[in-house]
Amino acid sequence: MAGKPKLHYFNGRGKMESVRWLLAAAGVEFEEELLETREQYEKLLQDGALMFQQVPMVEIDGMKLVQTRAILNYIAATHNLYGRDLKERALIDMYVEGTTDLMQLIMMFPFLSDEDKEKQCALIVQKATNRYFPAYEKVLRDHGQEYLVGNQFSWADVHLFEAILMVEEKKYDVLSEFPQLQMLKARISNMPRIKKFLEPGSQRKPIPDDKYVETVRRVLQMYYNVKASV
Amino acid sequence: MSGKPKLTYFNGRGRMESVRWLLAAAGVEFEEVFLETREQYLKLIQDGDLLFDQVPLVDIDGMKMVQTRAILSYIAGKHNLYGKDLKERALYIDTYVEGTMDLMQMILTLPFSLPEAKEKNLPLIIEKAKNRYFPAYEKVLKQHCQGFLVGNQLSWADVHLLEAILMVEEKDPTVLSEFPLLQGFKTRISNMPTIKKFLQPGSQRKPQPDDKYVATVMKILKEAMYYSI
Repeated sequence: MAGKPKLHYFNGRGKMESVRWLLAAAGVEFEEELLETREQYEKLLQDGALMFQQVPMVEIDGMKLVQTRAILNYIAATHNLYGRDLKERALIDMYVEGTTDLMQLIMMFPFLSDEDKEKQCALIVQKATNRYFPAYEKVLRDHGQEYLVGNQFSWADVHLFEAILMVEEKKYDVLSEFPQLQMLKARISNMPRIKKFLEPGSQRKPIPDDKYVETVRRVLQMYYNVKASV
Repeated sequence: MSGKPKLTYFNGRGRMESVRWLLAAAGVEFEEVFLETREQYLKLIQDGDLLFDQVPLVDIDGMKMVQTRAILSYIAGKHNLYGKDLKERALYIDTYVEGTMDLMQMILTLPFSLPEAKEKNLPLIIEKAKNRYFPAYEKVLKQHCQGFLVGNQLSWADVHLLEAILMVEEKDPTVLSEFPLLQGFKTRISNMPTIKKFLQPGSQRKPQPDDKYVATVMKILKEAMYYSI
């Protein structure tokens, strides 16, 4: 029975948000099992569903996949979003790794102390503006094509789009010096599936709040403080 | 001009070590350029060689590749170490490699931690190895009897797990005592000709990071890097 993929995660962005984005971009409908209690999590552990005792976990094509990148790789490859050959895939991998690093800085944000949050926010904007966005701007400017890799829409574009929106939530005009990225953003925003995912009522999750942090801490019994990257 | 891949990194393990392991396992000879001064690093940036201003950098097949995982995926794919199909790749190799990467990441960052963090983190790493990662791989090996983690041939997952095992053993030599199948796995993979060669003195395998290595990295990158789990 080839049912819809089923995503197991907290009711929030975290590491699962990139999976939601990619499935949406691929036009794949999915279900979600939202972790709210410790009991739910312990049941997953007991059932042996979590290889490293961690979520995200995605049930897809008869597999219970864990490890975000393994999940994303599989979805990209099975939906023609991973390039046409090994070299295109290598480029997509490189670009996705960069946006992952950038989004990781943002992902830990809600779990920081208030004073660390301020430092981290500045760091996120600084890295986006000085390291990551210039790199992608140059890629687009150098080949003059509409998408990052191989003149076709790929995982790399979706991931960069997600990263841009996340950084814009910290600094709304962060793309002001990046005309190519502005154009890419506009182009991708208008793709039907992406447009749909951007609308209210989609499965896209909002910016994490205290309730989300409290749920994660409680379910994982993760009460230590995360340190800022500076 | 040789066709060998060229690795640019510090003269030490860091993130490049997994690349050295994988190339060695694949029987691919490679050259190395060691970053010793900040000037070398700045020149790489000026020349536009570093997409995100970061190393590892691997010059391979006409590409200047950065981002460790991208590099490793490419090498694995090219040298038949990435499983026989998408499902094998997703369900097994990618998943397993992500686990060993998480474990090795903890060890990698240890020399750059603040002293009080170092003291706290090392037992935590051993604990995670013994309670989360090694049991998972022991279970995999128990489920089939093919000797390799995935399918019936050597893959990136095996090389990566061996590297992780050896790294943790350097911190705690008894860490495999409850994992008989991993012990067997370690012996078996270590004895494969290309791996055996890499394990011998004189190979391009790097020793454990020391203070000199840490100082060099900090001097070149001029980044204050403090990690905590």
